[in-house]
Amino acid sequence: MNKVADKSKAFISKLDKTSVALPNALKDKANSILASLELPTTRNEAWKYTRVAKLGKINFATSKGNISSIDSYTIDPQAPTLVFVNGYFSKSLSNNHLPEGINFTLLSDANEVKSEIPIEDEIFNALNTAHLIDGVALNIAKNTILEKPVQILHILDGQSVMSNFKTRIDAGAFAKAGIIQGYFATEASDKAFANVTTEIEVGESAHLTIDKIQFENETSFHISTEQINQSKDSTFTLNTITLNGGLVRNNLNINVNGENCTSNLNGAYILKGKQHVDNHSVVDHRVANCQSNELYKGVIDDNSTAVFNGKVFVRQDAQQINAFQSNRNVLLSDNAAVNSKPELEIYADDVKCSHGSTTGQLDEDAIFYLRARGLSLKAARQLLVSAFITDVLDKIENLKVKTFIFSLLKERFGWEITPEDFH
Amino acid sequence: MSNYTENELAKDLENQEYEFGFTSDIQADKAPKGLNEGIIRFISAKKNEPEWLLEFRLDAFRKWQEMTEPSWAHVHYKKVDFQDICYYAAPKQTKKYESWDDVDPEMKETMKKLGISLEEQKRLTGVAVDFVMDSVSVATSFKDKLAELGIIFCSFSEAVQEYPELVRANMGTVIPVTDNYYAALNSAVFTDGSFCYIPKGVKCPMELSTYFRINEGGTGQFERTLVVADEGAYVSYLEGCTAPQRDENQLHAAVVELIAKDNAEIKYSTVQNWYPGDKDGNGGIFNFVTKRGICGTNSKISWTQVETGSAVTWKYPSCILKGDNSIGEFYSVAVTNNYQQADTGTKMIHLGKNTKSTIISKGISAGKSHNSYRGLVQIHKGAKNARNFSQCDSLLMTDECGAHTFPYIECKNSSAKIEHEATTSKIGEDQIFYCKQRGIGEEKAISLIVNGYCKEVLNQLPMEFAVEAQKLLSISLEGSVG
Repeated sequence: MNKVADKSKAFISKLDKTSVALPNALKDKANSILASLELPTTRNEAWKYTRVAKLGKINFATSKGNISSIDSYTIDPQAPTLVFVNGYFSKSLSNNHLPEGINFTLLSDANEVKSEIPIEDEIFNALNTAHLIDGVALNIAKNTILEKPVQILHILDGQSVMSNFKTRIDAGAFAKAGIIQGYFATEASDKAFANVTTEIEVGESAHLTIDKIQFENETSFHISTEQINQSKDSTFTLNTITLNGGLVRNNLNINVNGENCTSNLNGAYILKGKQHVDNHSVVDHRVANCQSNELYKGVIDDNSTAVFNGKVFVRQDAQQINAFQSNRNVLLSDNAAVNSKPELEIYADDVKCSHGSTTGQLDEDAIFYLRARGLSLKAARQLLVSAFITDVLDKIENLKVKTFIFSLLKERFGWEITPEDFH
Repeated sequence: MSNYTENELAKDLENQEYEFGFTSDIQADKAPKGLNEGIIRFISAKKNEPEWLLEFRLDAFRKWQEMTEPSWAHVHYKKVDFQDICYYAAPKQTKKYESWDDVDPEMKETMKKLGISLEEQKRLTGVAVDFVMDSVSVATSFKDKLAELGIIFCSFSEAVQEYPELVRANMGTVIPVTDNYYAALNSAVFTDGSFCYIPKGVKCPMELSTYFRINEGGTGQFERTLVVADEGAYVSYLEGCTAPQRDENQLHAAVVELIAKDNAEIKYSTVQNWYPGDKDGNGGIFNFVTKRGICGTNSKISWTQVETGSAVTWKYPSCILKGDNSIGEFYSVAVTNNYQQADTGTKMIHLGKNTKSTIISKGISAGKSHNSYRGLVQIHKGAKNARNFSQCDSLLMTDECGAHTFPYIECKNSSAKIEHEATTSKIGEDQIFYCKQRGIGEEKAISLIVNGYCKEVLNQLPMEFAVEAQKLLSISLEGSVG
């Protein structure tokens, strides 16, 4: 029998079991977890502020989609591009001439695929493992310095489709690379669900930067889990920019396994309509002499809701850790809501850790000041909101990515502002 | 310089036993161990309670049986066997004391050791003490003076007899019996506590205070405090605790309810120094307390706590800011040493317009202890222009202890302003060096720095308490040089 028969799991009953060469024991385990676990409710601490029950009411299917052009999704036109539609690789849309020192393997082609994503009690990770469609493994060789980033575009297309997709990135020692991850949905897509996992190994002294842009649509679901392992002397940066998506949940787990590491996590989310965006992050400092910086900023309008849950763990042996975490939110409407939970769990004494969280609104005086200088209310608000969010966007070093983000902001929020306005 | 090394000092201090760890030998009237409806009826009958209170207890007990013990707190301890506790123990005195001279001399001695000589206090401080020893209030002073102003300040059981309507109308309104596991347990089996009522427009001229003390071995202490400040009233209430040394764990599950009506103000200060267990983590009190206040229009509730004792603390003094323009404050210092565990914080529920709350929490962890701040700031939809400021700092003294912060911030109103800030660090070596250079020993330097660190909170305490609290801080941290 190839299909899931359990009645309570009807929403995934039409999905095929994975054909990717994951270890059999892992697949069996994922299946048994799937069979016994229910969708989490708000009684579950990790899902306290995010309701996923509506996923259970949709009868998801897989589909290869039908996309003829990726022009509107291309973030960096010069970068080598790998395109996946609903989780399936699209050879015709991809431009996979990768530069020297980096190679990619489609997971469906690989003889053996590893997965270290925790699936115990994690229904979405178990689902991703048991029904994995395809994905990509990127290997960046030792000492490679990539001039141009590689972009991986994942596009949802169609009604009630579900994509279980996985990316593995392995950055060798002393490598330096940038990866762009773009998640989009076509106009034809409705109630589509991207269930994504990403595993990243950052080698010794490697520098890896990931720009992740989430721009699906107001009916879409996006649940992603990132599992990152950092070796000593490495620097890892992840910029998560969420601009569209009905329900978005990002689980970001960083294990800092080597000394002298730097981890930068930046996030910006701008919500309107009925969007719900939930950013969970865990930074686990297991060894000494490391630094982590976390900055998440959000603008929440209409009936939308934002959730932030950041956790910093400092283990007993991890002395001399500097860990900073900040979450700031601006509420623009009376029906908008924010739930913020910054956490520190510290077991070492010689550390400097702090976190801050603020929630507020635009400064009336600042608006008055701008209006007194002839700006319309709309323009004044836009300027203030963009100045607020630019803090995070400025962390993105790739100007093409930044320009693309501003074009999305114009498309969705009508912003007449470009990155140059701030310089 | 002597050859007395830091290690020797640490050893000396480790062996230093708990200062207030003594047992006074007073015969108690005990209920058999265990918990069932019969025991509850026994307690109720013993206290000659009206029918409605028995119903309240039984209702709470039935609901408690259906509840499960909460496990979300960041603490680990041996589960309490609720059938192995004696739920009622009253000092064996049949008649009430008419005058201070009638009081059992041994009990007086106990109080003396605690440093609360009633005679002294009557004469000097102007503090009315309602001394609670094992659940039954034995001495109350300044009562007549308070009565003149219409202020009621008495033990809970007395209030039940004398002012049943007042008690019935207010009890359980802030903390319903089903609120949580321990509150339900307390509602079912509470033996005594304090009751305080300040009439309309009256400003209580003195600090009201209660001392609790667990005395009978193997008895859980289930106190219940109810403070009602009527419109425009003001009261400052002090609560302080020390407990004798015990080997088995003792349970303390108290309920404190504060009601501040329109324009009223309640200031509630606590110094908690229950027995924390020895240096290996044996014994000590389990302190599972539910404290909550509700504010009317323009009113204010302020919680100040200094927590140095107990093996396990689970305590979240909260404010429901229901009335417009009401203010909630929470100032806390929590110190843990050896194997102590504290999970403490506050909840500020903003319902009314222009409500304000301030949270200042200072945690200090030493030894192998764990200290967590857990707080909730909730801005409801109608809470226009609500304002919150939270600051939670943690100080780590050794490399084996832990400091954790779990703030929950929920905002549903766009005009609200919420700020939360937390830091964790250790005492700067340069600070200690600076002190040592000027001839201040390391131990004293730490005490100095810690006192400075906690100043913001200690400043909120009434004078008498501030002195005691500073002493407690240095005692609790002795020998914890990291």
